[in-house]
Amino acid sequence: MISEIWALTIREVKTWIREPILVFMMVIQPVIWLGLFGQAFNLTGLVQIPLSNLPPEITQQIGVIFNQMIGSIFGGTLDYFTYMAAGMLSVVILFTSMFSGMSVVWDRRFGFLNKLLVAPIARGSIVMAKVTSSVIRGLFQAALVFSIAFAFGLQAGNAFNVLDLLGVFAGLFLLSIGLSSLFIALTIRVKSWEAHMAVVNLLNLPLMFASSALFPINMMPDWLQSIAKVNPISYASDLVRAFILHSSSVGLDISRIALNFEILIAFAVIFSFIGIVLAERGLRKG
Amino acid sequence: MAIVETKDLTKVFGKLIAVDHVSFAVEEGEIFGFLGPNGAGKTTTINMLTTLMNPTEGSAKVAGFDIVKDANKVRSLIGLVPQDLTVDEDLTGMENMMLQATLYHVPKDVAKKRIEEVLRLVELEDAANRKVETYSGGMRKRLELAEGLIHYPKILFLDEPTLGLDVQTRTVIWDYIKKLREERGMTIFMTTHYMEEADALCDRIAIIDYGKIRALGKPKELKDGIGGDVIELALFDNSKDVSEAIAKMPYVIDVKKKSEIYRIKVAKGEEALPNIIESILKMNLKVSNVSLIKPTLDQVYLEYTGRSLRETEGNREEVMRMMRNIRRARQ
Ligand SMILES: Nc1ncnc2c1ncn2[C@@H]1O[C@H](COP(=O)(O)OP(=O)(O)O)[C@@H](O)[C@H]1O
Ligand SMILES: [Mg+2]
Repeated sequence: MISEIWALTIREVKTWIREPILVFMMVIQPVIWLGLFGQAFNLTGLVQIPLSNLPPEITQQIGVIFNQMIGSIFGGTLDYFTYMAAGMLSVVILFTSMFSGMSVVWDRRFGFLNKLLVAPIARGSIVMAKVTSSVIRGLFQAALVFSIAFAFGLQAGNAFNVLDLLGVFAGLFLLSIGLSSLFIALTIRVKSWEAHMAVVNLLNLPLMFASSALFPINMMPDWLQSIAKVNPISYASDLVRAFILHSSSVGLDISRIALNFEILIAFAVIFSFIGIVLAERGLRKG
Repeated sequence: MAIVETKDLTKVFGKLIAVDHVSFAVEEGEIFGFLGPNGAGKTTTINMLTTLMNPTEGSAKVAGFDIVKDANKVRSLIGLVPQDLTVDEDLTGMENMMLQATLYHVPKDVAKKRIEEVLRLVELEDAANRKVETYSGGMRKRLELAEGLIHYPKILFLDEPTLGLDVQTRTVIWDYIKKLREERGMTIFMTTHYMEEADALCDRIAIIDYGKIRALGKPKELKDGIGGDVIELALFDNSKDVSEAIAKMPYVIDVKKKSEIYRIKVAKGEEALPNIIESILKMNLKVSNVSLIKPTLDQVYLEYTGRSLRETEGNREEVMRMMRNIRRARQ
């Protein structure tokens, strides 16, 4: 069981690292976002909103309001770039998880899935291997984006340490398990590329925008808030932020961290379970 | 003892009955062939027997285990070389083999030796450390065959093992298949739409069309079954019709004269031929041209299905080509 999951994971990772272009493509999008939005709206570090037709007093005013809002959420000074970069790590996980669903469709399309289906292995281990490799990819790319964000000027709290870093990745790890399982579960019975893309596109943007990854939940209209509050990406973003902003003056908000962890663990367990059950039942040829 | 046994095996896709209440038994150690045109239901049958699909109706046992209830037991005892390739192009031949060994729980040290052995069998040792995307079609098929052998399966399922390969490679693969049966006593279940292939390899053949088995037996029996050999014969002197005289000769079943050629159906061609020629000479007539036509499976096929196998051949090859192009586009 373990050996086959591992062998299949290795296979995925091998094909992945042999295509550096893929790694690059996956990272490039979040990085561009960081550069464009993050820096553009970086209102404390003042201020080039690319809305050039607005007079500067107004952008400045927006900046102040925005900043107050963010400040009020976190009770401290915070620039939007740091806020967003922290959330972007969860978005990176979302992107790589989507890809794991796609790779099931690839494997079906190119016949490799049939090889797995005639092999005397648990159907669940096929799914587990996909999840594991997706987690590895996701964490690697998150680490990459994290470093790039640092280079761009992400400002961690003054007490940010290795344990916090581990906390960040533990949260991303759980998010990755849950999201990969979700996307794989969605593709288990999907045969066509097009159908899969339709499903992914339907989920992708809402999951990203209806979360606290890019904007604070308080700033959203009510209906969006109610989605964001059940969106695991919100909890992962919140958790990641709590660790990154660890400052000596405020300390860690343990109860908030614990709550986020609990929700993420539940999310990961429930969806990987669903993925495995669906695979055992429904993973068939054509 | 029957090692594969099906009872009313049926698969329905929507309104299409792809496999229609098929019952047959494959004996241990034989090469059993499914012969039929594209769309006959060969692959669907293999998909069910190898547990890739559940039957809509009916049942089958493979190596004594039910294909639905004991699917994993069946999987561990069979090897499948599918019609469409399943090797991973981004890995080397060796990596594909190692992965396959793990999937079939062959311990690492044993696997190393076996991989060497089966790669030698299919003559891929030299290419083992190259990525599969650099392999030719024949090499891929051979790698696929090697993968199917890694766990020494009791039964090997070959779905169109030589589809789209050139004649030379085809003969090589035939030799491997024969060797497997001779050296390992492996039972082989194969499908093909090439007549020569079924004739050259199979101990027994089932002719399948529109999901139904139309005839089943040894190739020779099937050929004999459609009524013996045919002698075609022309005479120098065509002024009179000697059909009736020929019809009275020994072995002769039926005579038809078409333009200047006599078409004589006979029981045993080899014995009948000299006999008939001698009798004609005695009638003071001279034979200008003669040929003995043995029945082919093609004729058997025509007899049982009313269509020629060859009519449908091109299609599939086109699909294969398209698949290869998709693969290339992926890189
Ligand atoms: N997954 C499927 N869904 C719907 N129809 C199918 C499917 N697989 C095969 N068929 C149809 O079933 C028939 C038998 O196909 P197949 O078993 O592949 O034939 P063969 O292997 O003899 O060429 C064909 O008409 C084919 O189109
Ligand atoms: Mg077929």
